[in-house]
Amino acid sequence: MGDTLSFAITHTTTYSFDQPVKYALQQLRMFPRNGHGQRVVDWKTTVTGGQKQVAFDDQFMNRTELVRLDPGAIRVEIVSEGVVEVEDRNGVIGKHSGYTPLWLYAEPTPMTAAGNTVRKMAGQIRADCAEMDDIARMHELATRVSEAVKYQTGHTDAETTAEMALTAGHGVCQDQAHVMIAVARQLGYPARYVSGYLFMDGQVNQDASHAWCEVWTESLGWIGFDVANQICPDARYVRVAAGRDYGDAAPIQGVRHGAGDEQLQVSLQVQQ
Amino acid sequence: MTTTPPCFDEMLISQDQVRDPYSDYYDWFSKEDLKRLRLKSAEAEAFFRKIGITFNVYGQDEADERLIPFDIVPRIISSREWARLERGIDQRVRAINAFLHDIYHRQEILRAGRIPAELIARNAAFLPEMMGVNPPGGVYSHIAGIDLVRTGEDDFFVLEDNVRTPSGVSYMLENRETMLQMFPELFTRMKIRPVSAYPRLLRRSLSNCAPENSPNRKPVVAVLTPGIHNSAYFEHAFLADQMGAELVESTDLSVVDGRIAMRTTQGFQPVDVIYRRVDDAYLDPLNFNPESLLGVPGIMDVYRAGNITLANAPGTGIADDKALYSYMPDIIEFYTGEQAILKNVPTWRCSEADSLAYVLEHLSELVVKEVHGSGGYGMLVGPAANKKELSDFEAKLRAKPANYIAQPTLALSTVPILAKSGLAPRHVDLRPFVLVSPNKIDITPGGLTRVALKQGSLVVNSSQGGGTKDTWVLGD
Repeated sequence: MGDTLSFAITHTTTYSFDQPVKYALQQLRMFPRNGHGQRVVDWKTTVTGGQKQVAFDDQFMNRTELVRLDPGAIRVEIVSEGVVEVEDRNGVIGKHSGYTPLWLYAEPTPMTAAGNTVRKMAGQIRADCAEMDDIARMHELATRVSEAVKYQTGHTDAETTAEMALTAGHGVCQDQAHVMIAVARQLGYPARYVSGYLFMDGQVNQDASHAWCEVWTESLGWIGFDVANQICPDARYVRVAAGRDYGDAAPIQGVRHGAGDEQLQVSLQVQQ
Repeated sequence: MTTTPPCFDEMLISQDQVRDPYSDYYDWFSKEDLKRLRLKSAEAEAFFRKIGITFNVYGQDEADERLIPFDIVPRIISSREWARLERGIDQRVRAINAFLHDIYHRQEILRAGRIPAELIARNAAFLPEMMGVNPPGGVYSHIAGIDLVRTGEDDFFVLEDNVRTPSGVSYMLENRETMLQMFPELFTRMKIRPVSAYPRLLRRSLSNCAPENSPNRKPVVAVLTPGIHNSAYFEHAFLADQMGAELVESTDLSVVDGRIAMRTTQGFQPVDVIYRRVDDAYLDPLNFNPESLLGVPGIMDVYRAGNITLANAPGTGIADDKALYSYMPDIIEFYTGEQAILKNVPTWRCSEADSLAYVLEHLSELVVKEVHGSGGYGMLVGPAANKKELSDFEAKLRAKPANYIAQPTLALSTVPILAKSGLAPRHVDLRPFVLVSPNKIDITPGGLTRVALKQGSLVVNSSQGGGTKDTWVLGD
């Protein structure tokens, strides 16, 4: 067993509306779960300016909460905080569990559908890595994706597909994860998207929530790959939600009726 | 002159020999004056116009409000015939509900290799959001309309299992109402099983599936309609009215205190059961198609938390998908341990190379259907198609074979209609309506008989010039 780290995490998301809210709902997937080397010592989500309506575990076993924003609200704050212990397992999550069949993760989604560039990369991996075992092949894929999609903020958004990001050649962790998922699926591997937190050494204020991917192999089951940082998730990674792509595992998704703009602010503190 | 009909006629065995179920009606008809009957027929049409049963025809430029033609000659089924149909339908609906539970839980049928996983995996009707969800009462398809056709004395086939949102039940009820008004004497003379309990049974059946944690003393039921522009809006309003439920549109509903509530003059009223006539993809813009204006954001969240019942359950469409249809006998056997009582129409899956080759070779004899289509659209009726239609279709078929299945052109049974010269045989199908609640399956005796009014035509869809008839199941 590897090292275990313990973190105190405070993830604060603030929405400011320039017109009072009429009717709006937000779906939260911000609740880390126990298992695969992760232990949630204590966790809670608190909403100011909205009321929790229902909570359930979705098909990917993500704890999901539906929040209705208070009518008239102009500012809503969601604080997701707690203490999590993580053991370093070299990214190995292991056996598949839950009702969703493995084949579901091998099917493309609109965000991860293969176009010519994704297919081309899959073809190259197939040709170049024929002799490798699954794990080595996926490591090679992660390396190639990190080279092909340079980490660069400001060019992509939540709607950017894997094909778009790979064609453009740059993106953020979300895009890199989508590209790796898209190519892995093209090669026949079940793959999924994970959203969570990464503790960056020597910093209290962290950039934003992080995203990486997991690929399923015959020998080890699910294994995590963080393309952005070129490693398999270790004890510094807190897994929060998973799904076929960003849409399934996004921390917050919402609908809002009525006019007006909104500003979003996210702050993340992770302390060891 | 005697001509034998080219296919099974449900009234006449030969020109002068009438089948048992029709004998009383035939006697009566023989003594009737044709002129009087034509007047009755016109009266019936006026009646339908007055109550406003119309439908929109899809695929036409103008949203054309049309009346579905009604024929005043009833289709008559004996009690013995019906008993067998009933057993078959009951079996089928039980199997479908068991299949839906399985497909959204452990998927034993896929693990057992009885149906290929790709059929589910690549299917838009399969909703991953339903995985692990337990619908209140364990019911998936609360309302089903199984389409049946007949080719002989004892030969009934299931054409389609409509288990998403089968429509047409309002016609069944209105057709009967009309016949009762037009020909009261027939209902005293013959023992005809009533259908009028349907709305009450529907309400009871839905109420029996209400969430157990409801804050209401009596279950509150609402019908969710896409609105007045929907082709079946009349039916939505009619059913809500008949069963004493609220008719709502998406804008009437919101999430309040963890439940779906409707706006009323007295404030927000939590709803327990929503009979929704909105398709899965449009049901919830937060969870499905974000562009949908017909849905209720968050309704899936409330559903998954067990605070509302949706009828039918989201994702039931996977069970009436045409690609799965050909596996129905296996599905029935897998879940009930019994052989299917009602037969399937032999089906070629064009996704399989051998079948495709056969279908291409025999295109002019077959009916080819789009796997995900409905209502007779995108379908080829080989024997009725001209050369160009056949070659156009062949191109489509070659391009995407997996999108199609093919079936032999069945010699559908005929039932008489009132034509200019008197009775004339026309092809029919039958859609009985089935209600499923936790411990009970109710099948209304009869259902909707659709009739191809054009001589020789096999297409009974109302959108393609079909009409309807009242369907009589005789009592013992």
